[in-house]
Amino acid sequence: MYAIITISIVAIIVLFLGAIQKKTPLLPIIFVGLPVAFIINLLGWNQSIHYYNEMYIADNFSIAFNAVLIFTTLLVFIFAPVYYKPVKRPLEDIYALILFALIGALTMTGFGNILMLFVGIETMSLSLYILAGSKKFDPNSNEAAMKYFLTGSFASGFLLFGIALIYGACGSMNLETIKEFVVAHHNNIPAMLNIGLLLVAIGMTFKIGAAPFHFWAPDVYEGSPTLITTFMATVGKVAAIAAFFRLMSSSFSDMESSWVVTLTIFAIATILIGNLSAFYQDNVKRMFAYSGIAHAGYMLIAIIALKQQAAGVLLLYSISYTIATITAFAVLILVREETGTFSINAFKGLAKHNPTEAFAMTIAMLSLAGIPPLVGFAAKYNLFIAAIEQGHLPLVIVAIVGSMISVYYYIRPVVAMYFNLPSATSAIDSSSNYKKQIFLAAFLMIVLGLIPGVIINLI
Amino acid sequence: METTVAQIQVIPLQYYIIFCSALFSIGVIGVLAKRNALVIFMSVELMLNSANLLLAAFSAYRNDPAGQIFVFFIMVVAAAEVAIGLALLVVVYRSTKTIDINALNRLKW
Repeated sequence: MYAIITISIVAIIVLFLGAIQKKTPLLPIIFVGLPVAFIINLLGWNQSIHYYNEMYIADNFSIAFNAVLIFTTLLVFIFAPVYYKPVKRPLEDIYALILFALIGALTMTGFGNILMLFVGIETMSLSLYILAGSKKFDPNSNEAAMKYFLTGSFASGFLLFGIALIYGACGSMNLETIKEFVVAHHNNIPAMLNIGLLLVAIGMTFKIGAAPFHFWAPDVYEGSPTLITTFMATVGKVAAIAAFFRLMSSSFSDMESSWVVTLTIFAIATILIGNLSAFYQDNVKRMFAYSGIAHAGYMLIAIIALKQQAAGVLLLYSISYTIATITAFAVLILVREETGTFSINAFKGLAKHNPTEAFAMTIAMLSLAGIPPLVGFAAKYNLFIAAIEQGHLPLVIVAIVGSMISVYYYIRPVVAMYFNLPSATSAIDSSSNYKKQIFLAAFLMIVLGLIPGVIINLI
Repeated sequence: METTVAQIQVIPLQYYIIFCSALFSIGVIGVLAKRNALVIFMSVELMLNSANLLLAAFSAYRNDPAGQIFVFFIMVVAAAEVAIGLALLVVVYRSTKTIDINALNRLKW
């Protein structure tokens, strides 16, 4: 809770400094504020404090996910000066909106009342709509923002109507009370609750970017500024999946029969559509959008195979996905700066001039594909084991097949980097900031891959 | 307050549910069938307001204020959403000179 307050204060200060045309202190304030919020967040470990009539619950689940989200945002801010180098204005609005979106994401992981879920989702989404369109004079960015806004608000409508029906059936929006109602009416769940849950699930799959409601993701990811795409693909997705997991595990775990089949179909469709569409992409940014869809499908498996330790597996998976995606996007931003294109050909011969970046990209790609000993493998392995223990064998088989397909398109940039002759471009000069971030991410991917149990047993 | 609740309860709860579901369906169909961005905004508002009405009806029938409080939050969010949506519409109009969403076809595979 105090982490949210800290970040809000930082965001307002940033906005104010921008308004009085102070440019230099913006990023230093964020680089101080976010680590402080990170530490304040961790101070609540093992205390499980309930704030404001159970509106917000700071238990270990939310603290762990909040730590991941704040850390990811910090990594995103490390690229900001490089990405926005050509822009001369103070950029306080973009920084503040990223922070506000982070506040929404932090609210989503720790809600104790569906009201807070809604407020958190909207806080995050409304900020992201603006951020997606923040390249004001680029028609692609405008179009991405418009599409994101239209599909996003449509999804919010579904979510709200579902919440209204759940409230009507259970008489409360508190997660504990809903759980009590579900346990008490175990044998005759009212139809209204089932329909409401289905509508809420549709709204959440929209936000996660899972099939059959994934169609906005590739367009929006491609059109948005790359830095914002990085933020959306990591923080937006992880927060939404954590919120969905929390909703399902704390309220509806006792009526599994009414939603497990639907979600299994969603997960299978998501994994297949994501991986098969990524297969054909020549645009690397768009390929990451489809890869993000596929990973949303894998993370849905954790929701389907709900058990207490599935939370730890989901945390490990989120960390592995986040770190790998953010590293890949960092290299992509560098390559884009130099070659002016997102095409896979832009990666040709990168290893010759920039071995560090090429190595980081390789590690990230292999981790996303799930090659041992990287963290992506450990995450997928534990996830599939958890699902098999719950008897979801067909789902796991589809997931493994999807994983095998994904190796092809993740290897393509690697092949282009190492085995193709360089195109005419010279070496890409990368500032020291980038190098540090890339080393940190590569280090985390290898080390966490060797000790996954630490994360899994955390919550 | 008591008289308002009593007046709401004159109409049976099922009627509210059916009416709100109809409103919601009209909104969904409007979003899916219409190509004019402004009409789509209006349809989304219809979806949100059907949820508002349903929450208010449930809240009155259960004598529980939580639903009505939620309605205020939805109104605030809907207002913010419209502000952002219209701003985006102006930006899109500047580049395409139309508010037909079929003009948004630059990004596809």
